[in-house]
Amino acid sequence: MIYNKRPVTHNTNIKLVESPGGYEGEGFGAMQLSKIVGLARKNSIWPLPFATSCCGIEFMATMGAHYDLARFGSERLAFTPRQCDVLMVMGTIAKKMAPVLKQVYIQMAEPRWVIAVGACASSGGIFDSYSVLQGIDEVIPVDVYVPGCAPRPEQILDGILRVQELVESESIRRRSSPEYQELLKSYGIQ
Amino acid sequence: MLDNKFVFQKLHEKFGESIIGYEENYDIMAIYGAKDENLKILQYLYDDEELGFTFMTDLTAIHYPHNIGEELVVTYLLYNMRKNFHVRLKFALDIRKPDIFTASALHPTANWLERECYDFFGVNFVGHPNLIRIMNVDEMDYFPLRKEFPLEDQTRRDKDDDMFGRNSERFNMGKLNI
Repeated sequence: MIYNKRPVTHNTNIKLVESPGGYEGEGFGAMQLSKIVGLARKNSIWPLPFATSCCGIEFMATMGAHYDLARFGSERLAFTPRQCDVLMVMGTIAKKMAPVLKQVYIQMAEPRWVIAVGACASSGGIFDSYSVLQGIDEVIPVDVYVPGCAPRPEQILDGILRVQELVESESIRRRSSPEYQELLKSYGIQ
Repeated sequence: MLDNKFVFQKLHEKFGESIIGYEENYDIMAIYGAKDENLKILQYLYDDEELGFTFMTDLTAIHYPHNIGEELVVTYLLYNMRKNFHVRLKFALDIRKPDIFTASALHPTANWLERECYDFFGVNFVGHPNLIRIMNVDEMDYFPLRKEFPLEDQTRRDKDDDMFGRNSERFNMGKLNI
C-alpha cells in the first residue's frame, strides 16, 4: 500500500531573521551581546492583553487566523503579568480601573513595554468625563500609542512592530539608567 | 384597576397637607410630597391592599439649580406588579441640608440606589446602613452630577476649548451662576 501518493510540497516562502552581523567563521561567531539579546527579545514578545472594551474586539481579530499576530513571534498571550513583556491596554479606562492597571504594570518584570491601543487608552477619547481616565499615560509610562476608534487590526500590528523596533534597539543598561528610574519615580512606581 | 386619580385621592385623604403637588407626564403620575413624610407615604403605598406598590423600580435625584431652597428632587419610581401600574413620588430638598429618610428597610433595592444617589448628588439618606460611594472613586471630593460642576474632566489637555464648549462664550447656554 502506498500512503504518499501526492508529492510533498514544502513552503519555501519563509522569511528568516537576518543575522545581526559581526565576525563569523565556521563553528563560531563573534557579535555584540546587546544585538543578540535585542534580536531574541524582539521576536518573542509575549503580550498581556488588558482589554476593557471595543478595541479588545479588534485585538481578538488581530490574534485570529486572518491577521495572525503570531507571525511576529507574539504567539503566546498570557494573563500572568510576571511572564509578559508588553502590556496592551485596549479600551476605556475608568478612573476606578486606574489603580488596577497600575498594579498590573507593577507586577510585570523588567524589561516591559506598554502599548496604548485606541483613542480612549491614549487620551480618553470621546469620554471627556469626570469618571474616565484621560489617557493611561497619567498612571503608567507608555511606549507606543495606536490611534483610532477603534484601530483596525493592521494598525495594532503596526503598533506591535513599532514596539519590536524599540525592543531591538534598546540598550541593555537602559532599565537601570538614572533617566529610567526618574521616569518610574515620576509615576510613583517603586 | 388602578388609575392616577384614584391613587392621588387615596393619598390625599390619608396625608392631606403632606401631599404638596400632582402632575402627569406621559400618563405616569408624579406626586410631590413633604420630605419628612417620605417613609410614611412609601409604607402606606406598600401596605394598602388596593395600592400595593411593593416594588421599587428606581430611585434617583434631579438637580434644579434655579429652584432656590428646593434644588434637589429625590424621585422614587414605584411599581405595582399585579396591576402593572407605575407611580412616581418626588420630594424636594434644600441643597444646603439634603437630608431625607432612607427607604432601605422597606425596599432593600433602595440600599444601593441610595448609595448611587449620594455618590452623584450628595443626598444624605438618614439611617442608611452604609452610605458611601458606590460608582465613583473613593477619593472623589465632589458630587459630579450637580450642575455647578462641569461634566468634562479638567485634566484633559488635548482639546481645543473653543471647539468643545469649554470656557467659550458661544456655548455657554448651560452656564449657571450659583
